[in-house]
Amino acid sequence: MKNENLIQYIYGIADNVLILGQRLSELCGHGPNLETDIACTNIALDLLGQTRSYYQYAAQLSGEGKTEDDIAFLRNERQYKNVLLVEQPNRHFGYVITRQFLFDAFHLLLLEELQNSKDDTLVAIAKKGIKEVSYHQRFSSDWIKRLGDGTQESHKKVQEALDDLWRFTNELFLMTEDDKIALENGVGVNVLTLQEKYNQRIKEVLDEATLTIPETKYFQKGGKQGIHSEHMGYLLSDLQYMQRTYPNMKW
Amino acid sequence: MTIELEQHIDPKLISILEKVSDPEIPVLSIMDMGVVRSAEMIDNIAQVKITPTYSGCPAMDVIGDDIIKAFDNANIKAEVSLVLSPAWTTDWITPKGRKALEDYGIAAPLEEDADKEALLGNKRIVKCTNCGSSNTKLVSQFGSTACKALFKCEDCLEPFDYFKCLK
Repeated sequence: MKNENLIQYIYGIADNVLILGQRLSELCGHGPNLETDIACTNIALDLLGQTRSYYQYAAQLSGEGKTEDDIAFLRNERQYKNVLLVEQPNRHFGYVITRQFLFDAFHLLLLEELQNSKDDTLVAIAKKGIKEVSYHQRFSSDWIKRLGDGTQESHKKVQEALDDLWRFTNELFLMTEDDKIALENGVGVNVLTLQEKYNQRIKEVLDEATLTIPETKYFQKGGKQGIHSEHMGYLLSDLQYMQRTYPNMKW
Repeated sequence: MTIELEQHIDPKLISILEKVSDPEIPVLSIMDMGVVRSAEMIDNIAQVKITPTYSGCPAMDVIGDDIIKAFDNANIKAEVSLVLSPAWTTDWITPKGRKALEDYGIAAPLEEDADKEALLGNKRIVKCTNCGSSNTKLVSQFGSTACKALFKCEDCLEPFDYFKCLK
């Protein structure tokens, strides 16, 4: 497999993790209460840590003296390959939890498969990540149940969040050209095969939470090709501000 | 490199490594925490490999610097690198380390199944580090650092940290 394809494959996984980590970081000091604030930022920290492992590997593959920071901070919007789901803004806590829940279930399934990759570094990152993401999934599932099966108001808010976010879930299971090349080389995961398990896992929790999956046939996509929603530009201007304003600055 | 299958530490270097502790849990040396995967002298340079507890653990950078300082104090040049595989587990915390945690006020990790029950709030099994009571309540699955959850004792009413099981 050519390095260039492998790098793109890594971006396809790692950009989701970075962008969701960035969204959760925005809650630092703004969570609904101290415990959930700390939980969301802890999860963000795990995600950003995983991102660093992926980007360090991608930087090493690309050579040219590139660093993890170049990859995180100096690409343009079209070069980020994250799905639309993770860039959606933090509208309210129920929305944050729903977005997290929909991603965690996918993330864990993906890493479980990635453990079987022929690429030793990706296997190492996946194995480390699984331990962390299991906790994330437990946290978000727990909150989905508490909010869904909570008060009328909390139920209404998460159901609305689910109705809004569900249309972004199908994109998680679309194969890009780089995904196909990675799969053919025994490096990548066939995400198509994860969808059934995903739906099953989601439904189990939603049933307990008295929530229902909306009936829609229309799904949004584009992020994997670098075509993002209008929220992405604002997110990146926050994320990249320091490196764009003071190029090459270091801590 | 990201992989270091077996732990091998030069016994002569242990006393230096034991002087380095986790900046967030100062009572716990990095040896007792189990994060040192290898340490050996190669061409008069101490090559130390450490593994993170959690991917994003900010303590790792500080630990790396502290290791270099500790060796510097012993007039040895050291280089530190990070390995990811095999992934760290709470099983690598030594019995001495577990005791140090408890004395410091952090409940040591339970076994995997018991941990799950405790973190889902199903069973009251995490013992209060202040009074020893098991009548404790989960406050949050995430605590002051990535590796800890927050509990509260319903008898003595003190809040305390619990070190989450990671396998």
